[in-house]
Amino acid sequence: MSVHRHIVPRLAMQSLRNRALTAFLTVLAIAFSVMLLLGVEKVRTGARQSFADTISGTDLIVGARSGSIQLLLYSIFRIGNATNNVTWKSYEDIAKRPEVAWIVPMSLGDSHHGFRVLGTTPDYFEHYKYRHGQGLKFAAGGPFKDLFDAVIGADVAKALGYKVGDPIIVAHGLGSVSFVEHADKPFRVSGILAKTGTPVDRTVHVSLEAIEAIHVDWQNGMPQPGQSVSADDVRKMDLRPKAITAALVGLKSKLATFKLQRAINGYVEEPLSAIMPGAALQELWGLVGTAETALSVVSAMVVATALLGMVTMILTTLNERRREMAILRSVGARPTTVLGLLATEAGLLTLAGVVLGVAMLYGALLVLRPWVDATYGLNLDINAPTAREWIMLGGIVVAGFLAGLLPAMRAYRLSLADGMTVRT
Amino acid sequence: MQRAHTDAGKPDVVRMTGVRFRWPGKRGFSLSIDSFALPARERVLLVGPSGTGKSTFLSLLCGIVAPTAGKLEVLGSDLTQMANAARDRFRAEHFGIIFQMFNLLPYGSILDNVMLPLSFSRTRAERAARNGSADEEARRLLKSLGLDAGELAEHSAASLSVGQQQRVAAARALIGAPELIVADEPTSALDRNRQLAFLDLLFAEAEAAGASVIMVSHEEELGKRFDRVLRLDEIALSQRSAAA
Repeated sequence: MSVHRHIVPRLAMQSLRNRALTAFLTVLAIAFSVMLLLGVEKVRTGARQSFADTISGTDLIVGARSGSIQLLLYSIFRIGNATNNVTWKSYEDIAKRPEVAWIVPMSLGDSHHGFRVLGTTPDYFEHYKYRHGQGLKFAAGGPFKDLFDAVIGADVAKALGYKVGDPIIVAHGLGSVSFVEHADKPFRVSGILAKTGTPVDRTVHVSLEAIEAIHVDWQNGMPQPGQSVSADDVRKMDLRPKAITAALVGLKSKLATFKLQRAINGYVEEPLSAIMPGAALQELWGLVGTAETALSVVSAMVVATALLGMVTMILTTLNERRREMAILRSVGARPTTVLGLLATEAGLLTLAGVVLGVAMLYGALLVLRPWVDATYGLNLDINAPTAREWIMLGGIVVAGFLAGLLPAMRAYRLSLADGMTVRT
Repeated sequence: MQRAHTDAGKPDVVRMTGVRFRWPGKRGFSLSIDSFALPARERVLLVGPSGTGKSTFLSLLCGIVAPTAGKLEVLGSDLTQMANAARDRFRAEHFGIIFQMFNLLPYGSILDNVMLPLSFSRTRAERAARNGSADEEARRLLKSLGLDAGELAEHSAASLSVGQQQRVAAARALIGAPELIVADEPTSALDRNRQLAFLDLLFAEAEAAGASVIMVSHEEELGKRFDRVLRLDEIALSQRSAAA
């Protein structure tokens, strides 16, 4: 239509440059909010994944009859207590079944400075898998060989400053300060596990026999006076456990899972429960998931706040813009041209904010990822935004553009009412 | 710099008959003009105290607002028959407008400000580029209005004094030789000597371009520079009541 049409977008850019600082701060606010929103999304999916990755490769967890979440909590997350034990006979019955490829017993109930002590077999280090079938690795030392050997998780080693060969004393019960200690039978750290980001990090592992051994002279949860058995004598005794807390079961064929689960749940000699870890994790996440939703809502509100800040920024310039509109109208600009300019300005600011925010997030991910994984065991994948994230980002730009229409409409109405008058 | 005037045969640049207008909303300010005519190349000063509808009159004349009734002809075209977009385009093509103050986009350069109307009117862009480039024409206008274009052109408009700003606004109104220069108290911020000097420069350029000038002011003393002085209350009836 005209040879000099390009002057209008140029003036729009100059107008933004004229307010470079406020425009930059607005973009920065939007960028941070986008970074937060997307970051929360990444952490959320990461946390969900890490949570689901706590245990893998195990087909069934067996324990005394209870709800599946409770069994999962005490056997895997070391939260809460078992209501009852599983007798060694039941354990052996299950182990003998043809479907079972491997079975690892777990005995819980003691602690060391607030960290749970797990009595198990060396098979545990082979069969316990997490995050896509990753196995446990030793950062130092190896599995227990002696009766009084202990393998500690990465957090235990870090928190208590233990090295391989250090002696440790296990306390009875689960408090972090226990007055009843198994001081007569000290353990030696034989190995330290590499960080996994699972409850394994916060566990002291000893052999099943060791759990028996430290309780051999105990009855009813108390040491019996005058009946103490020395650490050397205990080695000669029969330390076969009478009961365990739970067991992890791996099957030869996944197809047998339901069949075995039904068999265990219907075991007549003792009330038992067998759960599938994946299903139980899902169920548990359903409970934790509310917090996840709350987090998303909060970050969405932060984005809304940033956009509100932008609208405020544009509104404060409105008086100046009324003058601008009167001038542009006087030279023949249509009111819609000026309306479009303001809305475009808001859209551009939001777009810049979104682009900067995404760049900042990926920069931060790149830098912080190893640290987050090491510290929180949270594996944050660096991948292109998902379809859901693209929709979110697109939605923000559209919302910014629409939010920009608010002051634009106001300016438009004012310019119609102003007519020829240029106001200060 | 004489140019062929297409409307040379027509005696009046502006002709208003039975124009009625009322601002929307609660203001209730209304204006009615039974008859008004502006002959071609004439310079008219419209005086009247503030609040008598001078700005409304100019808004109507420039097609920024549309009359509710009547006939408003500019250069033979009836503005009341035009759609909003057409009126905006018509204004870009045929009007040069100077405000009382705050004429310039503060972030634009002086040259950008002068050349702004050329973005909205092809005719004026072509006319401005007739003796070279539009850029040269802008500099020429600035120079003849007493601004050293070479020194100032790239400066931001915000760095100018009020007097300089008004001269830049005059250059903007004149560029591309529109038929009608409309000025709303363009000299009110200037002292008397500067007022007269400004008018002389404006008139000289308008004369050269063959443009008519209509200016509103509350200062009747400026009248001797004009062909004609009209009192707004002689041609228009304004009412502030809600039931206009």
